[in-house]
Amino acid sequence: MNVNYEQKNKLLLLEITEEIDHHTSEKIRRRADNEITRYMPRKVIFDFSNVTFMDSAGIGVVLGRYKMIKMLGGTLELKNVSLNLKKIFEMSGITKICPTTIKQAI
Amino acid sequence: MKSIYENEMKLEFISKSNNEAFARISVAAFAAQLDPTVEEISDIKTSVSEAVTNSIIHGYEDTEGIVKIICKIIGNSIIIEISDTGKGIENIEEAKKPLYTSKPNLERSGMGFTIMESFMDEMKIESILGIGTKVTMKKLIKKEEITDEDISKVLSQIGQKESNEN
Repeated sequence: MNVNYEQKNKLLLLEITEEIDHHTSEKIRRRADNEITRYMPRKVIFDFSNVTFMDSAGIGVVLGRYKMIKMLGGTLELKNVSLNLKKIFEMSGITKICPTTIKQAI
Repeated sequence: MKSIYENEMKLEFISKSNNEAFARISVAAFAAQLDPTVEEISDIKTSVSEAVTNSIIHGYEDTEGIVKIICKIIGNSIIIEISDTGKGIENIEEAKKPLYTSKPNLERSGMGFTIMESFMDEMKIESILGIGTKVTMKKLIKKEEITDEDISKVLSQIGQKESNEN
């Protein structure tokens, strides 16, 4: 995961760089939680441009972080979501609570 | 082994979570012979990942067991059976409900069966308590048909190009 924090805007950018399944989700979750509690950002953006696969474990990762960030008074956005990932996020209702932008086809 | 299907494969592996990627990639590679679209392959990979994860965390509850996958090709369809000899599902109807999970503490979304049902054309769950669970899924890989209209369109384009050149 690539992490970038903008102090000025209190913006934490978390770029996930691996497939998201039950096996990898524990590691992603732990890393994200560490970064969030370290910076206490006002806004968190998950960037999915390098995620080639995701199953329902991704729903758990996003919903869990959403609850945490909301509790801390921040917001969560999802960026560069591919159409395959979007289908899964839509089914779970995540796109209704987190602003989501789609990855443009190359 | 003589198969009544056009093609068939079997796969067995230990219920370790790092085999989830191996399982879905193997099934996707086998399905590739039907010439699926990128979206169809993605649907198959996601559904296999859901079923295998269920076997590992619910069937075997993180103890060691064997997950078995059988894939069959019949016509333009792939049939995928994923089974375990784990603890079984007490109430299948309840397990199928969207957002239902028996393990909310693991941040499981409860969307596994809902995803399998909507991404595949058919999904069936058989389970006996203490014996195991088998999920059977089927997906029809749609073939793009070339119509007479398409052919005449291409032919007229070629004709136009030629008359422009002359």
